[in-house]
Amino acid sequence: MTVIKKDVVIIGGGPAGLAAALQLRNRGITDIIIIEREKQLGGILRQCIHDGFGLTRFKETLSGPEYSQKFIDQVEELGIECITGTTVIDITSKRKITAVSRKGLLEYEARAVVLTMGCRERTRGAISIPGTRPSGVYNAGVAQAYINLHNTMVGKEVIILGSGDIGMIMARRMTLEGANVKAVFEMQSYPSGLPRNIQQCLNDYDIPLYLSHTITNIKGQSRLEGITVSKVDEKFKPIPGTQKDYTCDTLILSVGLIPENELSLAAGVNLDNRTKGAIVDENYQTSIEGIFACGNVLQVHDLVDFVSLEAESLANSMADYISDGKLPECKINITTDANISHTIPQKVSGKKDFKLSMRVRKPLKDCEIDVIQNKVVIKTVKLKKAIPAEMIQIKIDKTKIRSLGEIEVVVVVR
Amino acid sequence: MQSTFYKYTGIEDMLKFRKMYRDKYGGVCELSQIYDVIIIGAGVVGSAIAREFSRYKLKIGVLEKELDVCCGTSGRNSGVLHAGFTYKTGSLRAQCAVEGNTEFEKVAEELDVPFKRTGKLVIGFTDEDMQSLLKYKALGEVNGVKGLEIIDKERLCELDSSAGGEFAMYSPATGILNPFAYTVALAENAKQNGVDFYFNNEVLEVKRENDIYNLLTGKDKYQARWVVNSSGLNSAVISTMLGIDGYTIGGFKGEYFILDKKVGKHMNMPVYPAPDSKGGFGIHATPTVDGNILIGPSSELTKDFEDYGVTSEVLDNLIDKGMKMFKPFKKEDFIRSFSGIRPKRIVKGTRQTLDFVVETREEVPNVINLVGIESPGLTGALPLARRAIALFAEKEKLISNEKFDPIRKGIVCFSDQSNEVKKELISKDPNYGEIICRCEGITKAEILEAVHNCLGVDSMTGIKNRTRATMGRCQGGYCQTRIAEIIMEENNKTREDLVYSRVGSYMFKGKVRE
Repeated sequence: MTVIKKDVVIIGGGPAGLAAALQLRNRGITDIIIIEREKQLGGILRQCIHDGFGLTRFKETLSGPEYSQKFIDQVEELGIECITGTTVIDITSKRKITAVSRKGLLEYEARAVVLTMGCRERTRGAISIPGTRPSGVYNAGVAQAYINLHNTMVGKEVIILGSGDIGMIMARRMTLEGANVKAVFEMQSYPSGLPRNIQQCLNDYDIPLYLSHTITNIKGQSRLEGITVSKVDEKFKPIPGTQKDYTCDTLILSVGLIPENELSLAAGVNLDNRTKGAIVDENYQTSIEGIFACGNVLQVHDLVDFVSLEAESLANSMADYISDGKLPECKINITTDANISHTIPQKVSGKKDFKLSMRVRKPLKDCEIDVIQNKVVIKTVKLKKAIPAEMIQIKIDKTKIRSLGEIEVVVVVR
Repeated sequence: MQSTFYKYTGIEDMLKFRKMYRDKYGGVCELSQIYDVIIIGAGVVGSAIAREFSRYKLKIGVLEKELDVCCGTSGRNSGVLHAGFTYKTGSLRAQCAVEGNTEFEKVAEELDVPFKRTGKLVIGFTDEDMQSLLKYKALGEVNGVKGLEIIDKERLCELDSSAGGEFAMYSPATGILNPFAYTVALAENAKQNGVDFYFNNEVLEVKRENDIYNLLTGKDKYQARWVVNSSGLNSAVISTMLGIDGYTIGGFKGEYFILDKKVGKHMNMPVYPAPDSKGGFGIHATPTVDGNILIGPSSELTKDFEDYGVTSEVLDNLIDKGMKMFKPFKKEDFIRSFSGIRPKRIVKGTRQTLDFVVETREEVPNVINLVGIESPGLTGALPLARRAIALFAEKEKLISNEKFDPIRKGIVCFSDQSNEVKKELISKDPNYGEIICRCEGITKAEILEAVHNCLGVDSMTGIKNRTRATMGRCQGGYCQTRIAEIIMEENNKTREDLVYSRVGSYMFKGKVRE
């Protein structure tokens, strides 16, 4: 088999892959290919027909397909090579990529690889919801694909578990298509999706959101017939005597997203147990040289606008990597306290400005986030409000980094 | 195929029967045929009996209440090919386990089903456990189980470093298989050799008139000269319907967790705890032939034989016990839970379990009755089938079907092939180049082959069980929409027609908009 050599192979033609390709091209890298398993580019945005995309980047509100089309148009205009209907089945640590398509088996050897495979939804099995196994239990993204891409209605009497953004968006979408969305239940004591979605998708349609509730039984032998919900205590254990039954034919799950890193693992990339994405440095390079990652395969983002920015930042570093053959070593580890779930990157060199992305673990008010090195606070950001649904980004100037000592990110609540 | 029927029942009988039927039911039976044998239940045992009967010139039909084979106990278990060291010497359970275990390489090859003779560890921690292991080693040896040995911790770690335990009994003969793949293979091989399968046909009433059994199902009427009861959880009910009273089936429900393939590589073989004083095996960890790990089963008595729900209490208990068997056990590796119900023949009002029954009775002619077939029914399915046929042969001469072909080919699994073979497959059929299920690497060619399976099953779970599509960590998040579309397109179904698993388990409420 002939191995095709490329400067850069981008795995996944969603928003991250598209933005990385364009920025690489802007930086003069031309020997690029995007490999996309779907028949079209655009990734998950293809099924996100609601608006609200692009407010940060384009200062206008766009639908998912409109947002991605802006990038696709440029990719096509610039003649960046894309192969669709092609699924990557293996990547090695030597950056050898095997893909399959209807035309055959393809092998690539890349100087650099961009991992932009996105994420998958957490499922019923992963959270072990008790009960029977009837039809009518759908992950929110699957229901979204059926309704928006396949013109297929999944059900009429709907309960939603989880207040993730896709779940709330589906609550509105299904209501608009004539379904009766009875309630949204969230196990946490706070919503996991964005405030704007709570307002626009639930409140505006009088759909109640019950916090600190979970589903304790699923009923029905053939099609879903109903569910039981219970209130939960601080440890998320159902409180006896709080059960309430609902009849429904459809249960939509919006219980979290998990970066899709099976190919990364095949390449030997080390993952962060907190993000389930790769451990990366300020250049978005993973533990395997020449393999980079960004977008939802790295960390689940709140807004696509930030995915595009992250991809462009990756592309800038990768362009340096392609021209110089290597990047500065990143020996400074970044750790967090218990209030912060993780940071991206997890390592920096200290020789370059960088942007820290993070999320808080629970909602906080009037707090400050301190970035500390060698017991010296090198940056402070004051926040009136911080919620897990929103990513926090902090720019750090390289001049503030004085040594190779560990950087600590801590939250101080006033 | 009609000719075999005339040969065995005689045209006179048939005409007489038809006249009688016409008088009684107004001619509805005009076109129906009379089978030599009708088998009730298409679990692994019913499918094995069908396959073994198809070696002879007999017209065989199988009636199944669900929409596919293997929907009950057969598909809801640990998928272990047992060696036979726990059953009472001389019992049918012991005989069928040892016999079925010994021959499985040949069976797996003929039917093209995945199977690994992995060996098994029964681990212990205490002196009491050691006594138990010694007892079962001795019992196994008397039963004819080969190679049993007691091993120390060092050897235990060598054999499987993920296993807990201070010492163990090692059973090299134990293996693992995919119960769905095996049952489907038996049924497909039976079908290829002329057996008819009727799904969605729950037997509601049986009557014998003029030496012909009339079986009324929820959907149709069937006639046969012989009836085989291999209806698993319903075996006592069907037995009574056929005229053999007095059996009690206790439903012992077991719940399981399925763990992600990424931890599967840590485990080489099933790891069981030493049986307690009652001989119960308890919660074990088992690798599957496909690379996952199962943790389970619990064991709770249930009255509802269709209650396949899982409960948080039991699942929590599984987590505690599972860690003793499989050390790298982590909650984040769960991909699914499921449950099964073992149909144990019990002494009424107790939990005392009795042996398998395979019988004929003089007072109930032409009925072969199998009752209480639980574990090791998967291992012993073919031995049980041969015993059933031997009972038939006591009454009627069997004539070999020269056309019988024991070889059945399964669906080629693209992801298991070398790159060279993959290339060749795609060049022959481009559908191999289209990955539908990304977690399991299942291609469109495999899905199409499953959709056009010879048993005519086209539920979502039917396709899943034939290909493994949707069985991975995303549980169909990526591929379910694609598979739904392929089934509808290939079999000309509307959105409303498509079912998930059982009758009534519709997937969709039509189009979003016309």
